[in-house]
Amino acid sequence: MKGAKNDIVRQLQEKILAMQGFASAAQTIGGSLGIGPLESAFPNSTFPLGVIHEFLCSSNEQAAASEGFIAGLLSRFIQQGSVCIWISRSGKLFPSSLNQFCIEPDKVVFISLQTNREILWAMEEALKCEGLAAVIAELPEIDFAQSRRLQLATEKSRVTGFVLRNAIAKKGATACTARWQVSHLPSEPGDLPGVGYPRWQVDLLKVRNGQPGSFQIEWLEDRFMPVITKEYFIRDMERAV
Amino acid sequence: MAKRYLYIWFPYLLTDWISVKRPAVKNTCFVFTAPIHGRITITSVNAIAQQQGITKGMALADARAVVPDIGVFDEKPDRVKKLLKKLGEWSIRFAPIVAIDGNDGILLETSGCAHLWGGEASYLAAILDKLNILGYTCKGAISCTIGTSWAIARFGKNCLIVPPQKEPEFLLQLPPQALRLEVIVVERLQKLGLNTINKFIQMPKSVLRRRFGSGILLRLGQALGTEDETITPIVVVPPYEERLSCLEPIRTAPGIEIAIKKLLEMLCSRLNTEGLGVRNALLKCYRVDGKIVKAEIGTSRSTSKTEHLLKLFALKIPGIEPKLGIELFTLEATKVELVNLFQEKLWNGSPGLQDKNLAELLDRIAGKLPGASIRRYLPQAHYWPERSIRPSISLAEPSQMQWRNDRPRPIQLLNKPEAIDVTAPIPDYPPMNFRYKGKLHLVNKADGPERIEREWWIDSGEHRDYYIIEDEKGKRYWLFRSGHYGQESTQWFIHGFFA
Repeated sequence: MKGAKNDIVRQLQEKILAMQGFASAAQTIGGSLGIGPLESAFPNSTFPLGVIHEFLCSSNEQAAASEGFIAGLLSRFIQQGSVCIWISRSGKLFPSSLNQFCIEPDKVVFISLQTNREILWAMEEALKCEGLAAVIAELPEIDFAQSRRLQLATEKSRVTGFVLRNAIAKKGATACTARWQVSHLPSEPGDLPGVGYPRWQVDLLKVRNGQPGSFQIEWLEDRFMPVITKEYFIRDMERAV
Repeated sequence: MAKRYLYIWFPYLLTDWISVKRPAVKNTCFVFTAPIHGRITITSVNAIAQQQGITKGMALADARAVVPDIGVFDEKPDRVKKLLKKLGEWSIRFAPIVAIDGNDGILLETSGCAHLWGGEASYLAAILDKLNILGYTCKGAISCTIGTSWAIARFGKNCLIVPPQKEPEFLLQLPPQALRLEVIVVERLQKLGLNTINKFIQMPKSVLRRRFGSGILLRLGQALGTEDETITPIVVVPPYEERLSCLEPIRTAPGIEIAIKKLLEMLCSRLNTEGLGVRNALLKCYRVDGKIVKAEIGTSRSTSKTEHLLKLFALKIPGIEPKLGIELFTLEATKVELVNLFQEKLWNGSPGLQDKNLAELLDRIAGKLPGASIRRYLPQAHYWPERSIRPSISLAEPSQMQWRNDRPRPIQLLNKPEAIDVTAPIPDYPPMNFRYKGKLHLVNKADGPERIEREWWIDSGEHRDYYIIEDEKGKRYWLFRSGHYGQESTQWFIHGFFA
């Protein structure tokens, strides 16, 4: 009797999750993102598509790190030949570099706009357009109502949206599914001289129905790799014991 | 269907115009003058002066003898032409083809226009009424030939609308001047007692030609419709244009939208049959107060989809100011191209850049936000970072070369390199630390140098030695030294941020 009840509750929960944009494990297309520990933070252990992710960047460097991380994420789930739209104010993104994250730079349409209002409008319109892989927008600020509009647009079209917030005076609540903060970590070139692979501290500050957490991730040979440092290794071992 | 022409004659064009401009002179006796052959000669008279017996061509001194306090204005060359052109443009709202005739008339080809005003009589009355309200005295006539319209407008007495094929009956009682003949021919005809057209119309052609030249036969033929006559419209009717005149002036946004929708449906169904699509379209709204409001749209791919074009125009509707109302809409496809037809896909894959929705989205954004720059980049065969990419011409333009992957490039590239202070004690080694925006960064790891030479055939200057720098916190930068180490002109710059 109790088991049946739990079953019903679980089914209902899955239904709600599906409505909120979280695919169940069976529904994901193209497999997982290959970031084991990170994905386990999300419900069903699946990276949610067709939702809005927000990234907090307090500096130019952090924005660059977030952009790199987003580019890496995109390369995991966009299909061959599909198009992304990148909306920005500064237009500083250098298309050639996207190639290093396995994205064809000529499949990205860059839109440069002046004001917050314009960016919000353009992003909402773009999110309504089915057939796009993702829409990325650099926004100084976004409030709850605005993020709700974006979320509603994306729920209809299943286009994934990324918002880069670069003027974070107040971290008010938003309707975004996940809130991230990506910052640089010193790279480990091993025994070799020079600079190693890009490495980030990825903080998942908020996630709907999931478990926020903190991860260290490296972009290694065209894929994400969790960083296993000595300290982590020991902690994991202790936990296992 | 026979063509119909409306001729509007302005007997007092110039004097009416000044009366509108300066109402004070309206009820006085005044003339326009210009120096001709060293004499001040009268070129236009108003109705009051005409009643006093003052005519065109009279010397001003003679007119002063008749009316001592006559008002005099200088006539400027081309003013009449400008005025007529303006009136012609104004009357495009009644018929698409409008031409200027001589110095005192305009000609409208009204074929298929009059029924919109409920017949020719009310059509003519509507036009003349409006011109009267504007302050112009005018007479108009409609017939199947330009010659007859010209004649009836000037010399006709009561009935000014000539039914088709009835031209001869109406012409017979008119004087020979009505045929637009040369002055010498008219004088000769009158000398011979041929005061009306019916007196010589039956004469054999050979006789008329021998006595009065071939001009009279041509003019007679043009008036009767046996000879062709062409007109030069002031505004050439574009090949893809649709018109919509409104029964009542339209003043609301929904009304404008309905009008645009109707026009688009007409235009698109025509373009569809020819396999063409719109790239640029221009909407003109003719307002009651005589102004024309324009709205233009462009598309990134030729399209003949009504809904999409309507969406683009809908973004422009808030900018259309109807004021007292809009009485005519015209929609012109200023640029058309062949439509690329795509086969409908059975399943919904990822159409990528060929996606119709994407093209429509970009059109909408470009239409709504004029300041937006929408770009797609393609690689270019240059090592110099600023020149290694170029904006593509169109959405579909394929890349001529592969994207390079051999050298790491920063994810953010500053539009202009910013000068920084560095401590670089060893030549051709990365700096030990650098100061950017007042903050000191200690260099922990570095890669480089990667030397990029300036392309001397494009511009001159120093080469750049690029270093990838990682500071103590793990942040990665792209720095370069412009020129060789230790020179006076050497300067360090920051050019980008790595992910």
